[in-house]
Amino acid sequence: MCPPPKSEAATTSVVVIGAGHAGVQAAEALRTMGHAGPLTLVGDESAPPYQRPPLSKEHLDTADAEPLPLRGMQFFAEQRIELCTGASATMIDRSGRRVHLSDGRQLPYDSLVIACGATNRSLPVPGSDLEGVHSLRTLADAEAVRAAMAGCDSALVVGAGFIGLEFAAAARKRGLPVTVVEAAARPLGRALSAEMAEHIAEAHRSTGVDLRLGTGVTAFLGDNGRVRGAIGTDGTEYTADLVLVGIGVVPRDELAIQAGLTVDDGIVVDEHLRTSDPDIYAIGDCASFPHPLQGNRIRLESVQNATDQARHVAAAILGREDPGGYRELPWFWSHQGPMKLQIAGLRLPDDRALVLGDPAEGKFSVCSYRGERLVAVESLNRPADHMAARRLLAEGRAPAPERLDDPGFSLKVFARALEPTP
Amino acid sequence: MPKVIFHHDNDETDVVESPDGTSVMKVALQNDVAGIVGECGGQAMCATCHVYVRDGYLDRLPEISEDEEEMLECTAAPRDETRSRLGCQVVLGPDLEEVEVDVPTSQV
Repeated sequence: MCPPPKSEAATTSVVVIGAGHAGVQAAEALRTMGHAGPLTLVGDESAPPYQRPPLSKEHLDTADAEPLPLRGMQFFAEQRIELCTGASATMIDRSGRRVHLSDGRQLPYDSLVIACGATNRSLPVPGSDLEGVHSLRTLADAEAVRAAMAGCDSALVVGAGFIGLEFAAAARKRGLPVTVVEAAARPLGRALSAEMAEHIAEAHRSTGVDLRLGTGVTAFLGDNGRVRGAIGTDGTEYTADLVLVGIGVVPRDELAIQAGLTVDDGIVVDEHLRTSDPDIYAIGDCASFPHPLQGNRIRLESVQNATDQARHVAAAILGREDPGGYRELPWFWSHQGPMKLQIAGLRLPDDRALVLGDPAEGKFSVCSYRGERLVAVESLNRPADHMAARRLLAEGRAPAPERLDDPGFSLKVFARALEPTP
Repeated sequence: MPKVIFHHDNDETDVVESPDGTSVMKVALQNDVAGIVGECGGQAMCATCHVYVRDGYLDRLPEISEDEEEMLECTAAPRDETRSRLGCQVVLGPDLEEVEVDVPTSQV
């Protein structure tokens, strides 16, 4: 479905590798900002570009199996975006400025955007290739998990991260017995405050999830090639005919490595998202970038990061980048049963956590301070706090920690009081 | 089948039929209706599926939830106190077999 590359380009041509949130938004932003030359979007899945976040959430518990498209198919034609689905980039020829595709085609570029995302980390234990052991990232993964949930007796989740807990909530909603094992002492990793992580752990336990912390899996057990359970690191034997492994991702950096670009837990880019080759950019899950709020290099896996970086890179390619560099405030969300967790900013394990609201009501926020500076706000079922936090953190106008003790203090009221009167 | 009528700033109109249970945001994304982004996938998180619902349909809509209320304060185009909704929260069904909306000129 991809037309042959044009032999001569009247204007500069741009190739985007990866047709997820980042790649599609980059292509759209290039057109919106005025890029008139050839524009090709390469995606290695056969489905038209679709949204991944719902796959581990409502997609698992609704009857509607249609994925949510990122854009309609006419959009790509109308915007003159040559969409090559079902084709993977196999090599970047930097000296010839061409991307080689798996079907033998070669796409010339003046600017190249790598937005090829990440892949799920696999669990290197015996039996991980048994039928019934799943991971969840792509539409094909989600369809396999949905089908497996329909006919299964009990589920085991390895890893209490976002994907694992979103799946666990969906499985409990269907009445499936669910066990979650997590190697760390609390769920959701070191990125979340202990106060929030422990509340979420208890909430899952209260819905019947058997959440076991500080333990892992050493082997999966099977009969006739199908999983029937697992052996835990402490010798516990688990029974499960559906296993979901959700132990994080690894950035897809193989193209960059092969092309000789600098890679260090992701493709290393500068503040304008340029790789070590100034004509090649990397954005989204696969990019390791310097973030001014964090003071070091980070890699983020989120819709916000994908789409904001996509807009920044489009401007950079067109010579109109923000001279201050990419510095958008990171934010994230997760839906787990009745819990809507929203996170603005980034915390470090040693940051001081102050609770706003009453956790017993299931609605509260955790404000994380580094010294006197607010760096992150985690909100559970408190969307007003989250939206206010995004504004306050982006503008660097957050309340001093002692203000949180004021009777009736509200981030929303505090944010509104800062707004200029019209 | 239920239908959504999208009115654009340039006086063009898209009329799209879609099954019960589909949100106005999803109808737009599946049918190439311009001007609706739906960046968060329908989680009431991004306010990029903002629409102005036309008079005559407003009393058939579900109540605005706290999440939607907060997001409507953050839309790119100005909020209309009576007509602004997030397309992901307006779902077609027996109570809403037709709805007419105006698409704002900006979402991001």
